[in-house]
Amino acid sequence: MTKPIARSPSMNAEDMETIRMMGSRALLEALKREGTKVIFGIPGGAIMPVYDALLDFDIRHILARHEQCAGHMADGYARASGSVGVCMATSGPGATNLVTAIATAYMDSSPIVAITGQVTRAMIGKDAFQEADIVGITTPITKYNYQVMAAKDIPRIVKEAFYIASTGRPGPVLIDLPRDVQTEEDEIPFPKSVKVRGYNPSIEPHPLQVKRAVDLLVQAERPMILAGGGVHISGAYEELLALAELLNAPVATTLMGKGCFPENHPLSLGGVGMHGTREANLLILEADVLLAVGTRFSDRTTGRLTEFCPDAKIIHVDIDAAEIRKNAKVDIPIVSDAKKALKSIYGQILQMALKRQPSLWLKRIEELKAQLNEEATSTGASLKPKEIIKTLRRLLPEDAIVTTEVGQNQMWAFLHFQVIKPRTYITSGGLGTMGFGFPAALGAKVAKPEVPVVDIAGDGSFIMTEQDLATSVMEHIPVTVLILNNSVLGMVAQWQRLFYNRRYSNVYLGRIPDFVKLAEAYGAKGERVEALPDLEEAISKAIKSDVTTVIDVPISPEENVFPIVPAGKALKEMLWE
Amino acid sequence: MTESDQIHIIAAIVEHKPGVLYRVSNMFRRRGFNIESITVGPTEEDGLARMTLTVKGDEYLVEQVVKQLRKLIDVVKVSRLLSGETVVREMALIKIRTVDAKARTDVVNYVEIFRGRIVDVAHESMTAEITGTPDKIDAFIELMRPFGILEDARTGITALSRGLKSVKVEA
Repeated sequence: MTKPIARSPSMNAEDMETIRMMGSRALLEALKREGTKVIFGIPGGAIMPVYDALLDFDIRHILARHEQCAGHMADGYARASGSVGVCMATSGPGATNLVTAIATAYMDSSPIVAITGQVTRAMIGKDAFQEADIVGITTPITKYNYQVMAAKDIPRIVKEAFYIASTGRPGPVLIDLPRDVQTEEDEIPFPKSVKVRGYNPSIEPHPLQVKRAVDLLVQAERPMILAGGGVHISGAYEELLALAELLNAPVATTLMGKGCFPENHPLSLGGVGMHGTREANLLILEADVLLAVGTRFSDRTTGRLTEFCPDAKIIHVDIDAAEIRKNAKVDIPIVSDAKKALKSIYGQILQMALKRQPSLWLKRIEELKAQLNEEATSTGASLKPKEIIKTLRRLLPEDAIVTTEVGQNQMWAFLHFQVIKPRTYITSGGLGTMGFGFPAALGAKVAKPEVPVVDIAGDGSFIMTEQDLATSVMEHIPVTVLILNNSVLGMVAQWQRLFYNRRYSNVYLGRIPDFVKLAEAYGAKGERVEALPDLEEAISKAIKSDVTTVIDVPISPEENVFPIVPAGKALKEMLWE
Repeated sequence: MTESDQIHIIAAIVEHKPGVLYRVSNMFRRRGFNIESITVGPTEEDGLARMTLTVKGDEYLVEQVVKQLRKLIDVVKVSRLLSGETVVREMALIKIRTVDAKARTDVVNYVEIFRGRIVDVAHESMTAEITGTPDKIDAFIELMRPFGILEDARTGITALSRGLKSVKVEA
């Protein structure tokens, strides 16, 4: 329970409540007012006043075992829930340990607020103990950051930070808090609203550009939609579905967009890009109009840009004007929130009372999909990745959340795990952070305790953040870690196999540690399964368990992810088995 | 002159507070843009400063620069200043070696032609202040080279659009 903290609340002229209190309490009070229910973090010297005050606040704190994990947990929480995730660390190494997590959130436009302790104001710049210039370090990987120099500024800065992190194109915001600002007592104003004059996140689509896009789309013979992470962020699921059905346009997603269109829908082509499905990568080359929504045309999505959609006119909808023409040349740019743009395109086409006939294009899509979808079954001694992932999908309810690590495990999941509900597939797409999946799963589970959460992992990735098994056990956050254990850094091994003439350099991990024993050492459960019925049983048990379960599934080190578009090559140069 | 050698002038109204210049220059470095010159000073409006940046490159580059600048939270307004519609000025201080009376007289004459001023005189040196377009200053410096340039300092350009058009932030 929150103890009474206010001595004499008063309203000043600007309709602003002012309370006499310490900076540390002002921070927590401001976070509470923004709706923060949980903070992921680790205490240390320069953030101790906040941790002391935390004992008096009704905010859950989850003690991580490494600040990187605290950051990924906040990120996983944000991606699963759509609201801002908060993480906290001390100065110096605590703050620098957050850097990978902040950069991960920045690349994938995930709204987190990171709070760091800092040395006292007088010591800044003197190379004091545990001093790091975290504002300087994180400037290129945050949407914005602050160093707070007076306690009375804290509530305004917290309010601005949440506003900036969660609106427009979301992203991480860092607040650096010198220790003596935390202990400074003052009359502290709590503003009801904030305005940042250099920041205007709500942008309406330009009517003329919408009209041009509509004209192009209704005349298209082979229209296609490329949906990115922006569709998730803006919650434009219904609009996307309605427009795709109205146009009879197939939908391919980027890695970040996966799940924004139900993958069991007849118009879904799955993912596109380096490890996209064959149908998506083949059909995108045939499209005559491509409607790209909330995507930045990353190199992993487009392959060699000059040969990406060579015959298509491209309509690009993005809320970030700086993404327009950054990578791809587009014909019709629409700077807008995805939901608003799709809604107005849909509305105008609907008014035309246009009846789409079953087209040759639709037939081509159906035939190609049927032709390419043969099932893989295990022939060798060990389970096949595709089989493992499809089994997992079969056993999980539709609203279960899956996170991934980075590498082959991530791409097998991208290819074979069919996502039906939005915000149920969480992955480090832009930065490609190994070790992300497990702490992100913990954060997602905290946001959605009612659904099973599974980290699709590789042995190489999981070992980078496995110490937070301790957090999952101590804080009662049960998740399932499904390790596709090939005893190598699989994606690097695959590239060495395919592009370096099988010269394997420093990829062998040797099935160390024993992940069953490792899980047990933390008080979690561990299982090793080598046959399909055992896998089914282990997954079914794990997702109902009240303690985290690590399922170790040995697979062959020779497994490849196919299809693959070699780096720097065009989509049409895709290789498959 | 090829398209990628084109000089573009960009004016940005920014928050006048610590760290803003770092954010702007950091963005340039991170995105691989080169700043040819940058000048910063407070404006008559409270809490705002004006940056005048010049960048060299093609249309694609300058469009990216403007968009990335606009994206920065502390940048309130950004405009491109087009050469025909803009007053451009740069100031330079140039210290010239003047060994004898002839040299001193020559330098004074040149400074007068360039409508500059002599702001410091010593036994063997003179310092000239020249204001004008960057081309004019380049020309003056070329003329001074035979005398011997001891030191020079240029401000980088500052610029305003002609007529009523402005980059001001509406209240």
